Amino acid sequence: MAYFSKMHTKQKRISSQQPERTLPKCPTGITGFDEITLGGLPRGRPSLICGGAGCGKTLFGIEFLARGAQDFGEPGVCISFEETSDDLAQNAISLGFDLKALERANKLVVDYIHIDKSEIAETGEYDLEGLFIRIGSAIDSIGAKRVLLDTPEALFGGLNDEGVLRSELRRLFRWLKDKGVTAVITGEKGEGTLTRHGIEEYVSDCVVLLDHRLQSGVVTRRMRVLKYRGSMHGTNEYPFLIGQKGISVLPVTSLGLNHKISDERISSGISGLDEMLEGRGFYRGSSILVSGTAGTGKTSMAAHLVDATCARGEACLYFSFEESPDQILRNMRSIGIDLARWIKKGLLHIHSTRPTTHGLELHLVDMHNLLESHKPKVVVVDPLSSLMSGAGENTSDLTNMVLRVIDRLKQLGTTGFFTSLTSGGHAAEATELNISSLVDTWLLLRDLESDGERNRVLYVLKSRGMAHSNQLREFLMTKNGVELREAYLGPAGVLTGSARLAQELRERDDESRVKRESEDRRLALGRKLRAAEAQILALEAEKEAAELELKTAEIENARRRDSALAQRAEMAQSRKVNSSLTVSRPKTREAGA
Amino acid sequence: MAAKRESSGIPEYDLRLYVAGQTPRSVQAFANLTKICEEHLAGRYHIQVIDLLEHPQLAKGDQILAIPTLVRTLPEPIRKIIGDLSNKERVLVGLDMRATV
Repeated sequence: MAYFSKMHTKQKRISSQQPERTLPKCPTGITGFDEITLGGLPRGRPSLICGGAGCGKTLFGIEFLARGAQDFGEPGVCISFEETSDDLAQNAISLGFDLKALERANKLVVDYIHIDKSEIAETGEYDLEGLFIRIGSAIDSIGAKRVLLDTPEALFGGLNDEGVLRSELRRLFRWLKDKGVTAVITGEKGEGTLTRHGIEEYVSDCVVLLDHRLQSGVVTRRMRVLKYRGSMHGTNEYPFLIGQKGISVLPVTSLGLNHKISDERISSGISGLDEMLEGRGFYRGSSILVSGTAGTGKTSMAAHLVDATCARGEACLYFSFEESPDQILRNMRSIGIDLARWIKKGLLHIHSTRPTTHGLELHLVDMHNLLESHKPKVVVVDPLSSLMSGAGENTSDLTNMVLRVIDRLKQLGTTGFFTSLTSGGHAAEATELNISSLVDTWLLLRDLESDGERNRVLYVLKSRGMAHSNQLREFLMTKNGVELREAYLGPAGVLTGSARLAQELRERDDESRVKRESEDRRLALGRKLRAAEAQILALEAEKEAAELELKTAEIENARRRDSALAQRAEMAQSRKVNSSLTVSRPKTREAGA
Repeated sequence: MAAKRESSGIPEYDLRLYVAGQTPRSVQAFANLTKICEEHLAGRYHIQVIDLLEHPQLAKGDQILAIPTLVRTLPEPIRKIIGDLSNKERVLVGLDMRATV
């Protein structure tokens, strides 16, 4: 309800800001409708809502009245030609509108106009002044600003004179316009015409077509503004939902791309993955897609994120389309993640449904309602791709729906985590949903098959707004959760699993061998050095010996010469040669020579 | 406005004519009605004319849409005739009075 009231204040502001030159508009309060009509229905004019049986015409009208009375202070009158006021009140309760309470508060008058052909005879001329008086008195009794006529075509079944009826209806619509009330007139779709009796001729200001289409066994409701005189409006066909809170139209194309974004980062719960994302994890409020083939660990990644989110004390909503809550709890326990405690604490809500239980539309309603009631910070949809079976062949519907979910999450600033199963044959980079361009972060899980085993690898295909790692990492499921290992990238390509282990072993072997070898080499060199040093010592010893020898020889020489001289002197003495030794010595030598 | 009543064991016709103001069609209808009643139900009928402009809330009770509408509340079941009652035959059929003629 908080969301709605926010919407309303916004709409109020918009409508009050509407400058006079444009058509004044009357906000319906129907989620999304006021956006595609840029403000609501034309104020003070009748609008026609037409469509086949069960398409939600009456509901549209009731919501228009009830919201007007509740939220915009505009009392309303409901003139019902088909259902009694008790029936209407009953039906409206299921959508959260208490018509009886509004009646008691004088904000609403419900008048059931019953016309039974069997008790009426016609004779002569008449007009429908009685109807005018009834509507008029109802309007005046509470000062109504809004009127619903559901559906005046029933008059054609009760009265014979079609000419009178037509002119009276035309007069009625003009009269309502003169009264200045904003009127919604419903009409049942006819053959080749918008309404069975062609009353669209008389209501020419605004025509909205509701549709109810069965495609591959699944019903989708759609709405189109066929005509809106004097105003711009969204021209597309918009899917809409009827949920516990009334109608919501989700106009994909009119939603502005102006979500508030956050710079805050949240952990993925897997430290290795956080590392790959600048070490800080995902952006809060971003949408994350994990795609991969069967059994690659998508759910486990989701569980990690949930665990991390709840551990911060934030609420988490988990949509499971394949496993029951208990199954998820058991399976995640096997990898060491205890989600049950978060459920007990009320932080985690797991919503498990079969994708085929109902159409996409209702799944979307479910999601919206749960988003409303739980106000989670993180939403997990696991897996998105299984909704395919609900969408049948019409994948564009699913893409559309996913876009709506993502849009809503972004509006709420909620982080969305989607898993998508890629079947083996497809290219890994092509999700079957074609939603990859819508998401902010895309993680790809892959199986690598080699050496008789399959191993999981993960890489970040894209991540907007951050310098993410380009690495391929091996994804391991351990008893303590998911671990990311650096995958071995070698000349032979990517190695994972036992091949990686073998390679690592081989590398370790190599390393020790090299170490051993270098040690050997060092020792050998040491030895060589030491040998050389020994040689040096030996040579030096030799040198010393030689020097000694040389010295001895010289001394010997000198001694020998001295003794020779002494002998010569002795000899001369003996010959009695009287000459001085010093003068005669050279002569002697010459003579001797 | 006008009332004539007589009771002698014969079923009493209780008629209400709904009009919206003194339009020529309403005046015409009232005139036609009194004429038919005088001719066929003299002394056994009661006519009440209700002007919805004065009592708009009364339109709801008898499910009045068309103006003028003649409602036969008695004898049961309720019958309604809309129009200015210009076709006497059809008024008689509508009021289920042929049998008593």
